[in-house]
Amino acid sequence: MSTKEQRITQILADHAGREGPMLPILHDVQHEFGCVDAESEKLIAQGLNLSRADVHGVVSFYHDFHETADPRPEIQICHAEACKARGVEGLIAEAEKVAGERVKLTTVYCLGLCSAGPTARVGDRLHARLDAKTLAQVIENAR
Amino acid sequence: MIVRISDDALARALGADELAQAFAQKGHEVQRTSSWGMTWLEPLVEIDGNGFGPASTVDVDAILDGSSDLGIGRIEDHPFIAKQQRLTFVRAGKTRPLNLEDYEATGGWAGLRRARQIGAPQIVEEVTASGLRGRGGAGFPAGIKWKTVLNTAGEQKYIVCNADEGDSGTFADRMVMEGDPFALIEGMAIAGEAVGATKGYIYVRSEYPDSIRKLNDAIALSASIVAPFDCEVRVGAGAYVCGEETSLLNSLEGKRGEVRAKPPLPAIQGLFGRPTVVNNVLTLAAVPHILAEGGSAQYGALGIERSKGTMPIQLAGNIKHGGLYETAFGITLRELIYDIGGGTESGRPVKAVQVGGPLGAYIHPDEFDIKFDYEAYTAADALIGHGGITVFDDTADMAAMARFAMEFCAVESCGKCTPCRIGSVRGVEVIDRIRAGGRPADSVELQPVMHNAPKTGRLPEQEIALLTDLCETMKFGSLCALGGFTPYPVMSALKNWPEDFMPGNEGSVRKVLDRNEA
Repeated sequence: MSTKEQRITQILADHAGREGPMLPILHDVQHEFGCVDAESEKLIAQGLNLSRADVHGVVSFYHDFHETADPRPEIQICHAEACKARGVEGLIAEAEKVAGERVKLTTVYCLGLCSAGPTARVGDRLHARLDAKTLAQVIENAR
Repeated sequence: MIVRISDDALARALGADELAQAFAQKGHEVQRTSSWGMTWLEPLVEIDGNGFGPASTVDVDAILDGSSDLGIGRIEDHPFIAKQQRLTFVRAGKTRPLNLEDYEATGGWAGLRRARQIGAPQIVEEVTASGLRGRGGAGFPAGIKWKTVLNTAGEQKYIVCNADEGDSGTFADRMVMEGDPFALIEGMAIAGEAVGATKGYIYVRSEYPDSIRKLNDAIALSASIVAPFDCEVRVGAGAYVCGEETSLLNSLEGKRGEVRAKPPLPAIQGLFGRPTVVNNVLTLAAVPHILAEGGSAQYGALGIERSKGTMPIQLAGNIKHGGLYETAFGITLRELIYDIGGGTESGRPVKAVQVGGPLGAYIHPDEFDIKFDYEAYTAADALIGHGGITVFDDTADMAAMARFAMEFCAVESCGKCTPCRIGSVRGVEVIDRIRAGGRPADSVELQPVMHNAPKTGRLPEQEIALLTDLCETMKFGSLCALGGFTPYPVMSALKNWPEDFMPGNEGSVRKVLDRNEA
């Protein structure tokens, strides 16, 4: 049994008593391995007595689950209406330059800090009232 | 000295943790409370009832020695707070979110205790009498939904709290979950008493890590109080459409978050096919007040027409004084944006206001006298939604915002129905062509065999007629509000700001719209 197999078996066991355990399991796998790849899908399908297509259908539906892992730090920048109204679009070109290849910038729709945009999220840490300078700092500090 | 600083996600995003630490290092007791909801002042420091904000670590010494110019006087007397009618947010700023003593001392659990005495039919009766309607957007009367679940036989029933607050410009659910999580749990436990459900799920979006953490802590702390009712947090996975109730149920069951056709109603066949109450955070958090002694009558006496009680309105976007403003229904946009919100933060004139999140209409300043009321908004081809108000100044390009609405729908569509899945993609293309001034004839149209095809390409006016038709199809043909309401921002932008779509030629836009209406 590979370590991945062992770990996923453990995750499946952790959620055994739950109703509809698929999403909690996928979150744990995504958190552990940075992705839910084909091998994980197969193991989860076996554990839940589903077809691999069923599991793949769920994994591919949600934005939070990825099929391959990206080792770069990720910064989510809100692009929804409230942050647009506060000028987030004007920060993007510069942010992409600062991020380069080292940091992965992704777009999300709303981080719930809509009266204090532009906003960004790095892991569980949120940043608000960003301008070009503070956003650049956030990007540079991302690990 | 006791220093009170919010631990709401917004305050933390602006450095409240570092600020709290700085006060602690000076030897003061720091209490982390919920947020007052005056977000332009965050991080707000409260000492003996007086506020200082927005504060950062460099202001600590000045605040302590009384020389700071950040003072706003007594927080409770601040006009933004004093004018509100806070029922759902009665504890905002005043209590520590995870402190059971604070909760109990401010009337906590009184609603649940009384609910347990009066029994299920009477609870449903009082919720119905209060006039409480679903605060998630649809505005369906909560009492009627509960009654259906109560009267449906089933060994296992569920209370599902919709905390997938994906609408841009809304953050009231987040503030409840982070600032007063016990109120939500109490509301769910009362709903459980009302319909005979012992299991509750709170479906929280993954973009709210603070809410998830606090709810989990609050559930553990209050487990023995609400028992035998049992609550569990489930975390979403970034799909906006899971805020739609049937899609949310599929997601909870571990499936793709695709929308279900109704009927059957979730109240009859909901989670795992069992009778289920699905209510928004704000709906459930309003319940403890309604069930407290005399609460139902007090709630029902507020508001206008069929919109009863209070609405926690969220002032967002380019607004000077943004935040959470809870007040009785009937307030006008003009009051909200200018008197309370102070106009735009940029100081430029207000161009447009979007009410109700990404699926809400863009409202022109000429229409700012519209009263906050479910029916009034429906009549104006707009929606209240979850009560979010996003303000734009005159630099906003409304054609770009209309395109964004279609693009958002294309990205977030669950894919089950065609008008939403494909209509939104075509919508982006049509808007691009309008902005490009139409298109030339394509190679297929130019082929000699295509006798009947126009050889002149398409004029922007024709593209506008096409967009209008497309919006009509999406509005009436989509399975849920995502595809069904995306036409609201698109058509309202087109109608109110035709000059942004066809600069210098807005007359012809109006002509097309008039013809279509006739």
